[in-house]
Amino acid sequence: MSSLLAAGEGTGFEAPDPIETFWQPLWGGNSQFALTRPMVMAVFSVVLLSVWLLLSTRKMALVPGKAQFVTESVYGMVRNGLGRDILGSKDFLRFVPLLFTMFMLILTNNLFGIIPPIQYPTMSRFGFPLALALIVFVVYHVVGIRSMGLGGYFRHMVPAGLPWLIVPLIFFLELLTYFVTRPVTLALRLFGNMFAGHILLVLCVVGGEHLLFGDTGIAVKGTGVLVFLGGFVMTLFEGFVQFLQAYVFTLLTALYIAGSLATDEH
Amino acid sequence: MQIAAVLVAAEGDEVLPSWLQYPVLPHLGELIFGFLVFAILYVVVARKVVPRLEQIFNERTAAIQGGIEKAEKAQEEAAKALEEYQAQLTEARAEASRIREEARAEGATIIAEMRDRAQSEANRIAAAAQQQIQAERQQAVVQLRGEVGRLATDLASRIVGESLEDHVRASGVVDRFLAEIEGAEPAGRVS
Repeated sequence: MSSLLAAGEGTGFEAPDPIETFWQPLWGGNSQFALTRPMVMAVFSVVLLSVWLLLSTRKMALVPGKAQFVTESVYGMVRNGLGRDILGSKDFLRFVPLLFTMFMLILTNNLFGIIPPIQYPTMSRFGFPLALALIVFVVYHVVGIRSMGLGGYFRHMVPAGLPWLIVPLIFFLELLTYFVTRPVTLALRLFGNMFAGHILLVLCVVGGEHLLFGDTGIAVKGTGVLVFLGGFVMTLFEGFVQFLQAYVFTLLTALYIAGSLATDEH
Repeated sequence: MQIAAVLVAAEGDEVLPSWLQYPVLPHLGELIFGFLVFAILYVVVARKVVPRLEQIFNERTAAIQGGIEKAEKAQEEAAKALEEYQAQLTEARAEASRIREEARAEGATIIAEMRDRAQSEANRIAAAAQQQIQAERQQAVVQLRGEVGRLATDLASRIVGESLEDHVRASGVVDRFLAEIEGAEPAGRVS
């Protein structure tokens, strides 16, 4: 697959290939059902999260210990900041498990991108964010149809009081939003951020290594140090982006569900 | 990518499937795993983690609210005690003033009673004195009448002689005479 690398030939530098970097099959070769490294990581993240969450909440105390405090803080942020404030105190509690699972799963798998020795964000493989986005897609449609009825759900997409002439147009646009734009952007946003961030970090490390240890002059070796430094800074920045994307994904999940719950708004 | 695929084909490698060529297409196994890991974690979170966390949230809320309620109750009790105390104080004051009033009224009654009693005593004494005077006067009148009659008879018999010795006739004359005098003048003037 190294033959895929078209760029950089002749200089001795092989830029990280977007396919080779991310396609890491462990068993099964280039097949749709091959076992890949991110699959193992995703399972590992679930084991890790389950153990942590169950252990930290095993002996609950009114005055929390350190582990309980960490779990409670994150839970409180998702429960109150994303759940109650957006969904309203009447309905939010039944969606809190969904939001909390979503946030913890995405955050952990994102942070895998900068945690050695994994250093690979699971969500940079499109299948994972797509699966999560499809779950959200199904949930907000089901919630909407359940709370407003099938007809009411489609009616609520068009704001009341519009001139009848533009109603079909708005309905078409809203239909597109509800059935195409939302799930696609939800999946692509997370995927794109992780994909780009990871390839940037790989480039920093591979490029810095080439500049510093490759067949280059002394002046160029100095720039290698700078690239490594840039890679360090980018790693910190990636950590921030990884948290932010987990938060944004969960926030949008809550907002979409809230839109399906609201019967009077719009 | 098209170029890369062509290159690959030209070099004799197998043509890469589109899901592998384009990172924005999902790998089916990874997509399925995406659903799977979410489902597993969701079950753990929904069944165990969230109920535990919600329970401690509720307990904490209850503990805080319980503390507030307790304080409120204590305050309420204190206010009630104060009110009770003040009510008792007012009652005591009213009682004292009532007792004073009663004493004053009783004193006035006693004084009035004493005055009445003294008055009636005085009246009684005055009436008795009056009666005695009346009786004595009556007695004096009777005595005087007898005396005057006898003296007048004596005098008349000395002047007229023994002819008027008949007692009955003499007494009749004297009485008639006296009646005439009393008829001409008020009785008080006789004595």
